[in-house]
Amino acid sequence: MQRIGVFVCHCGTNIAATVDVKTVAEALGHEPGVVISQDYQYMCSESGQNLVKNAIKEHNLTGVVICSCSPRMHENTFRKAAAAAGLNPYLVEIANIREQCSWIHKDIATATDKAIILGKAAVAKVHLNAPLTAGESPVAKRALVIGGGIAGIQTALDIAEAGFDVDIVEKQPTIGGKMAQIDKTFPTLDCAACILTPKMVEASQNEHITIHSFSEVTDVKGFVGNFTVTIKKKARYVDETKCTGCGLCTEKCPMKKVPNEFNMGLDNRTAVYIPFAQAVPKVATIDPNYCMMLKNGKCGVCSKVCSVGAIDYKQQDRFIEQKYGAIVVATGFNPIKLDKYDEFAYNQCPDVVTSLELERLMNAAGPNGGTLLRPSDKTHPHKIVFVQCVGSRCDDSKGKPYCSKICCMYTAKHAMLIREKYPDTEVYVFYIDVRTPGKNFDEFYRRAVEQYNVHYIKGMVGKVTPRSDGKIDVQASDLLANEQLHIDADMVVLAAAIEPDKTARPLATMLTTQMDTNDFFTEAHPKLRPVESATAGIFLSGACQGPKDIPETVAQASAAAAKAIGLLVKNSITCNPCVAHSNELMCNGCSSCEKVCPYRAITYEDKEFRMPDRTTAIRRVASVNPAVCQSCGACTVACPSGAMDLNGFSNSQIMAEVDAICK
Amino acid sequence: MQEAMINRAKQLLADGTVNRVIGWKRGEFVYDVTPAIFETAEELDAEFVYDDFTAANVSKYLVKECKKEGKILAFLKPCDTYSFNQLTKEHRVVRDNVYIIGIPGGPKLDAEKIKAKGITGILGAKNDNGTFVIETLYGEEKMPYYEALSTKCESCKSKKHVVYDELIGDDGEVLESDRFDMVEKLENMSAQERYDFWREQLSKCIRCNACRNVCPACTCEKCVFDNPDSGVENKAPADSFEENMFHIIRAFHVAGRCTDCGECSRVCPQNIPLHLLNRKFIKDINSLYGNYQAGEDTTSRAPLNDYKTDDCEASIVHERGVE
Repeated sequence: MQRIGVFVCHCGTNIAATVDVKTVAEALGHEPGVVISQDYQYMCSESGQNLVKNAIKEHNLTGVVICSCSPRMHENTFRKAAAAAGLNPYLVEIANIREQCSWIHKDIATATDKAIILGKAAVAKVHLNAPLTAGESPVAKRALVIGGGIAGIQTALDIAEAGFDVDIVEKQPTIGGKMAQIDKTFPTLDCAACILTPKMVEASQNEHITIHSFSEVTDVKGFVGNFTVTIKKKARYVDETKCTGCGLCTEKCPMKKVPNEFNMGLDNRTAVYIPFAQAVPKVATIDPNYCMMLKNGKCGVCSKVCSVGAIDYKQQDRFIEQKYGAIVVATGFNPIKLDKYDEFAYNQCPDVVTSLELERLMNAAGPNGGTLLRPSDKTHPHKIVFVQCVGSRCDDSKGKPYCSKICCMYTAKHAMLIREKYPDTEVYVFYIDVRTPGKNFDEFYRRAVEQYNVHYIKGMVGKVTPRSDGKIDVQASDLLANEQLHIDADMVVLAAAIEPDKTARPLATMLTTQMDTNDFFTEAHPKLRPVESATAGIFLSGACQGPKDIPETVAQASAAAAKAIGLLVKNSITCNPCVAHSNELMCNGCSSCEKVCPYRAITYEDKEFRMPDRTTAIRRVASVNPAVCQSCGACTVACPSGAMDLNGFSNSQIMAEVDAICK
Repeated sequence: MQEAMINRAKQLLADGTVNRVIGWKRGEFVYDVTPAIFETAEELDAEFVYDDFTAANVSKYLVKECKKEGKILAFLKPCDTYSFNQLTKEHRVVRDNVYIIGIPGGPKLDAEKIKAKGITGILGAKNDNGTFVIETLYGEEKMPYYEALSTKCESCKSKKHVVYDELIGDDGEVLESDRFDMVEKLENMSAQERYDFWREQLSKCIRCNACRNVCPACTCEKCVFDNPDSGVENKAPADSFEENMFHIIRAFHVAGRCTDCGECSRVCPQNIPLHLLNRKFIKDINSLYGNYQAGEDTTSRAPLNDYKTDDCEASIVHERGVE
């Protein structure tokens, strides 16, 4: 006979204000098997837990139902309390009467009824709970960082600092990411390369860090502590181990008309190239889309001039497989494409540029050697208009609903730098509002306005029209003065919204992590677990989780590293005992479960069985490796015969819950 | 054809390749043909039959038969080979224990459709250029050939054998069939009309379980409907809900695995067009995940047992599923 204890939490007024907890406790007290039913102000408090512990001992309970908040909050608390009182922790069930009841209802009578029903379902389930024992599984002492921008570099450096091996996988030929393209950084205006490149070098020199540049993650298997990842090392047609980065091949390559992506296509590079002077690894890469040798077998100049024989036109993509205990995602962001914004004439006029293009135009390593010139006629611009929120905070389908966060600050930076260097240039900034929360940020913006006389105008730009005389007519409204403006600008700079890198979504699928509707990775808890994904062992670093500036990115990168280190220092982790198992008498051996198992936890064996007619037969049956199973339940629904079942969430338990709710 | 099959079966029995044969034998009436096992040449001569009424798919019998001592010879029509392959894929049959001779398929005839014309005392039948000549106790009768076809043969999906050790006769091709026409018609009905259609059909069910017992995709060691622990074990429909749901649950159960062999409708004593439920699933799977024919091979992943990153999203399934 079951002896079940029910404990109803008030959660202060969180539950008690909407749910009549006394009535719930009273009603559940009449359920079959329930021997004690109590309510208490804070069940999760020390004294609340003691109430549970004492009841277990006093009433010799065989099952406990806590009616409280989501099991994601305090399931562990109550499992530990039960274990301390000598009850198997898996005989505790939580009825979520807060998130799923009190917080979403207004009417007390309705909410109380629903809380009783949820409680009854939990009681019905706990009747069928079986004691479970957790096993352990080992942790591979190596971390993978996906993405080699400032976020990935910082995370890798911090993990390496703790003494663990880290691999960085970067899809570009060099690490560095977006920060390498930026000219100066706000609010201190120090040169981005000057602070980034030492970190890049540090990463390349660190004995614990392996950089897989020009590589992609193509497959992820396994689970926390035990991931098996396949990395594709794309053919760069240059032997990384031989290339010294001397750059002779890039000088001699006759194919000189390749748009240079590092400079946002504002100038050209050669078909064999090193993205920029401080690239890490400093190794040449041949672009197969432009190389004459790879396209039609005619040329071979780079191979002739290379003194170390590093050029290898026959190089193939290579795949390597590696085990990792933790994975950190740092896939970063990109500015959105502005194809849909015809009103800003981005595609028609070369002097309408994005902010990232402006960074390159102003950079000493950029197309103009650091002198700001109009891309169209290489003349000095005297009037520049900045347009804020291009595609950010949009409620239409063209843009993004969110604030891209970094634009206000970098636009102030651009405006200030231009006014500093070219005092004869007038600068206008059109904004919806200026958002400058952050240490020394508002002071920085005010300096742009007050000290550098940047014209900040509240209002949106309606239309940008290139004129035949080379000027650009900017039609805008000044909302404060309530007047229409026409500015004959020499250049227009668009603060394009940022979006997660396109590789993030397929990666999220491989990692079985969640994304929001904008393709930013979702953190396990928006406030309390900001650098963990909901999938154990997968951590989030940088702008892949949401728009961020550099200081925030670095802070989060170190936080993600700390979480990864916390996992890697463990020799083993406790497994979840709520794993799948197969009822061999019912198993058809059809392999459906094996096919859907994302963790390869299921194998088949031929076993001898006594049949009902007293003969013996050899049958093919499934068996689950409990250390590998991650309790996703895919097998239980794929199984055609109903042989596969999940401990703690068995088909019969779930049916009992449904029955209790529908009664 | 029957002669050639018997002769080849005798040879294979004699040279020890197989120790038994699964084929068909006649019952009380000429159209009353059932699958049967033959162990000797004498039995084959006496009882083995293959004619226009031998519609039954013998693949399912091989689940049990292939676990016995020695190899068994099976004569499989094109549609039966799909079922056999599907069973191989699910590890329900052991391919090596079966010697398969592919034989040309139908169209096969449905005696009930002939009897519905008022023709009784059937002794034999032959096709005479689109007219069906039936020899009866009371003389010769005629009816249009296509009106006597078994429902499962009205729209044939393939004349090709997807698995065999040898063939008697020529192999055919996968056909362009109109098998989804009726499904489309049902899809175009209003929800109420469709509900009424299925309610009328499914209410005829007497839960004889013939559809389940004949279905080559229904080979569970223990069927949920026979398992007291499942909570749904039952013989007769207890209420109209169960009556409606039994076939729908079964269609879900075989979704992605059903080869569309049509046996369920063929054996239904109440003439419920059960194959339409399965065809709806096949059609939906084809349109959502790309064309897939269960049993076409033994290695590919069935769409419902597979995950690809370019699979349509659940919301898209939902949107496209709603009219």
